[in-house]
Amino acid sequence: MTPLCYVRAGDRADALARVVNGARCLGGGTNLVDLLRQNVEQASELVDVSRLDGDVRESDGGELFIDAAVTNAALAAHPLVRRRYPVLARALLAGASAQIRNMATVGGNILQRTRCMYFYDVDGARCNKRQPGAGCDAREGFDRYHAILGASDQCVATHPSDMCVALAMLDAVVHLSGPGGDRSVPLTDLHVLPGATPQVETVLQPGELITGVELPPPSDAMVRSDYRKVRDRSSYAFAVVSVAGGLGLAEGRVREARIALGGVAAKPWRARRAEAALIGLAPTPEALLAAIREELADARPLSGNGFKIGLVERTVVAVLTTLAGARA
Amino acid sequence: MTKLQNAIIGGVRAVLGQVPASWLPGGTPDPLIDKRVALGGQQSRIDGPDKVRGAARFAAEVAMEDLLYAAFVHSTIARGRIADLDVSDAEAAPGVALVMTYRNAPRIGVPPPIGLTNLKAAGNHTLPILQDPEIHWNGQVVAVVLAETREQADHAASLVRVRYDAAPARTRFEEGKTSASMPESILVERNRLDKGNAGQKFAQAAVTIDGVYTTPWESHAPIEPHAATIAWRDGKLIVHDATQMIHATAGSFAKVFGLKAEDVHVSSPYVGGGFGAKALWDHQILGVAAAKLAGRPVRVALSRASMHRLIGGRTRTEQRVALAADADGKLTALLHHGYGVKPRHSVCDEGFSLTGRSLYACESFDIVQHNVELDLLANSFMRGPGETPGTFAIECAMDELAHALGMDPIELRRRNAATCDPVSGAPHSQSAMMEAYDLGAARIGWHRRAPRPCTRRDGEWWIGIGCATGTFPFTRMPGTSARITLDANGDAHVASAAQEMGMGTATVQRQHAADRLGLPLERVTVAIGDSRLPFASFAGGSSQTASLAAAISAASGKLAIQLMRLAGNDTPLAGLKPNEIEFAEGGLRSVEDPARHESFASILRRAGRGELSAIGESGAPLEVLKYSMHSTSAIFCELRVSEVTGEIRVDRLVGAFDCGRILNAKTAASQFKGGMIMGLGMALTEETLLDERTGRIMSTSLADYHVPVHLDVPDIDVLWTDIPDPRTPLGARGIGEIGTTGVAAAVANAVFNATGKRVRDLPLTLDKLF
Repeated sequence: MTPLCYVRAGDRADALARVVNGARCLGGGTNLVDLLRQNVEQASELVDVSRLDGDVRESDGGELFIDAAVTNAALAAHPLVRRRYPVLARALLAGASAQIRNMATVGGNILQRTRCMYFYDVDGARCNKRQPGAGCDAREGFDRYHAILGASDQCVATHPSDMCVALAMLDAVVHLSGPGGDRSVPLTDLHVLPGATPQVETVLQPGELITGVELPPPSDAMVRSDYRKVRDRSSYAFAVVSVAGGLGLAEGRVREARIALGGVAAKPWRARRAEAALIGLAPTPEALLAAIREELADARPLSGNGFKIGLVERTVVAVLTTLAGARA
Repeated sequence: MTKLQNAIIGGVRAVLGQVPASWLPGGTPDPLIDKRVALGGQQSRIDGPDKVRGAARFAAEVAMEDLLYAAFVHSTIARGRIADLDVSDAEAAPGVALVMTYRNAPRIGVPPPIGLTNLKAAGNHTLPILQDPEIHWNGQVVAVVLAETREQADHAASLVRVRYDAAPARTRFEEGKTSASMPESILVERNRLDKGNAGQKFAQAAVTIDGVYTTPWESHAPIEPHAATIAWRDGKLIVHDATQMIHATAGSFAKVFGLKAEDVHVSSPYVGGGFGAKALWDHQILGVAAAKLAGRPVRVALSRASMHRLIGGRTRTEQRVALAADADGKLTALLHHGYGVKPRHSVCDEGFSLTGRSLYACESFDIVQHNVELDLLANSFMRGPGETPGTFAIECAMDELAHALGMDPIELRRRNAATCDPVSGAPHSQSAMMEAYDLGAARIGWHRRAPRPCTRRDGEWWIGIGCATGTFPFTRMPGTSARITLDANGDAHVASAAQEMGMGTATVQRQHAADRLGLPLERVTVAIGDSRLPFASFAGGSSQTASLAAAISAASGKLAIQLMRLAGNDTPLAGLKPNEIEFAEGGLRSVEDPARHESFASILRRAGRGELSAIGESGAPLEVLKYSMHSTSAIFCELRVSEVTGEIRVDRLVGAFDCGRILNAKTAASQFKGGMIMGLGMALTEETLLDERTGRIMSTSLADYHVPVHLDVPDIDVLWTDIPDPRTPLGARGIGEIGTTGVAAAVANAVFNATGKRVRDLPLTLDKLF
């Protein structure tokens, strides 16, 4: 860790001013502090935004607005989240450990970085994300946790968040503040695929700050939803793959399908092709399998993660089959 | 071990075969086997309250004035040499007191290698430490930074620039197999065993199985990272260490730094988990050298990443096991061939091929293991070395054989349970493996197990039950000594430089000393954990309890003689010979006539003595050469496997142990459970991820190296036969390691029972189920 100074933001304007001058935002610190300690990232100033507004509010139109500083634990326990967006509560509770969820914030969770071991090994491994053009040691290395969708020659890392998979499925919108004013971006458009520039992970502009996340009013498929995380141990492990699923049915046929995948790409992967393929069909295991196979048609497994294709297929079918059988 | 040592040990064994049992240690059963007051009960650890309150000070917590903090720079190549080293930025960084590299490190010797013949040696490898630019493994220390704070040291370490001339490195297991070496012996056993024409019997057998089982490199992950707080004072060395080998460490420091033994003081009253890891590695040597160079005290506390790069673990193995049986399931041939990684600079044998030599009666054996010599961190001991990977292979193979025979796996073991050592014919000191099986089978509800795989299910979950045998040899170390001091009140104070890693060393020996001396518990204290106390061997090989018990027992015998001498003629004991007296009621009394009694306090008072002490020693463990002395266990596992994800969730573990008499039901249950949880980690999740392209360990944090979390750990039942071993002190055999053995096989066998899928490659990650 390089020497740095730490300041607590007085208010959002203070935080924004500091960020424009190059400070890094510190939420719960559950990822950034590790990155700093291991010299994956350097910062000369940390501005702590974890004590800025931390509320969850419902608008007149039925949207739910979540401040960026709300902790993962508080959001998972929020009655409106549990009732209207169970997929989000379950995704949050599948993440990390109770201690980490008590610290981690919504804003920080969205911006957490990949857990690729080569990304973290500053001294001993090459990584294009850390050092553009250096090369990628994850390819042909330990790529079990790596991408099968949307990767590039330069980078095969995955986004590790559970929460973001649920947010992607829920059509969450991320609110940003920056020198150019406020704007909002759908979560599914916030993270970008690596392409030739794996060091660029989001569409955030320099000086921009995540201020909150907005969820649309709950649809049937948001209420009838679930999150299933497949992992190597039963807690405190990142997803090998995960599935956020939701179904809205009418007369036994799919009216609305929502599927997002974790652990498969550099961003939470909204499976829109699979969703579209299901509309109007009875949600039989065969139909579900055919739909997810359509989504995975472009999958490109690496040396050690080909098992993820079958795993995603079976998990999606299981999650949606259970939802189809559940009472709305 | 050399050919010569093989011959010597073989010769001693041959002679001891003719020696009457009564001449050997344990020749007469220890009277405390049956006469138990404090022993055997549920005693909480006496160190528990201090640990819970945070009052126990561990090695990294010892306060010291003027302390400097150490950080390490690790090599990033596996083999080659340092071409260029630039420490100028590091030296100029804030707070830095010293940057030590091979250029300015003091000239020091190689620590003497740990072994069974030199109890003052603790070295885990034979390489020079920071003495030259040569690199031998990826992760080797190339620079040590000392600074006023840990953060400053870490920062400065990141500024050290090293350029290497890399040389071709051997880092790939498969390539290493082609030039593997065959050592003469493994620990104290001859390596190659060829008895009874196993190849021919295998070819002619009614039923055979033949499989290759692989176990990965595993790294140590105790809760307390390795740490030492080090000071030089007036030419004398003081090291507050976290170690399970106090005197061996002190002896090694003396040797390496050219000091007299009495000028080295190692203190280690508490260790936050040892498991074989808390031995002498480079960090203590470097810390001592750096403290000498800087002229100030130094604290070394390894990061998790440094632990992975500097502390060797359980080595990777590949084992072929082929079993042959007649139609009744009687074993006719056991073939066990394998490879384990052992770098040339490593001093530790992973004796996985020893397991099959003691467990089952068999007509023939063909056993040998090979060393794959790679340019890696030296492998080392990890809880149940040898038997832990060995039982995975042998016990999965037994399950496969039972399946091939269409026989219940317990019945197969019953038909082959050894009644003496299957290779040498030596008698068992005590063995009741099938009693353990019966206890465990009843507890898990073995009758619920479906004989056919893929029979029981609950929704998407396949349910299975499996079993496996665990085993670990009895060891008692010579040289361990203990002092018993009686004070004027007649209270006893036991002292020995034994080790406490959380298992209850002092607690159990307090129970022992109380019963041995006929005192209530509250009148006995036990001091351990410091090199100024009487010499003790390491806490390893599950040997410490027996070794220390033998020493206390011997000291008590000397004490009795001294007391009789002091008592003189003016005592109710007058005229009695040593074999006519016993310890009782806080003093000595006549065995024949309990009314003839005098208390310790009275004897000392009459003699005008304020205290009296005697030192006893654990003698040569000749009994292990005459008898076959092995503990066994029956491990049972019930689990579920998701047909959707392949995830395994273990619902229940039962361990039934035959380890002689249990000395403290509470600490023993805790030891067994802890061992079984470690076995569970081996079964399901643990794997050191070595990138064979570079020889670099990639899993260097607890997020990447997966030990079980609480949710992975099911209800665990522990039972024991409690049958005394008449050849051991207190009738007990060591229990520290056996808990880990057999567990991975029981899990794998339960997975087979659940799914019909035989996974021979650990850990049993979900992708291997499809």
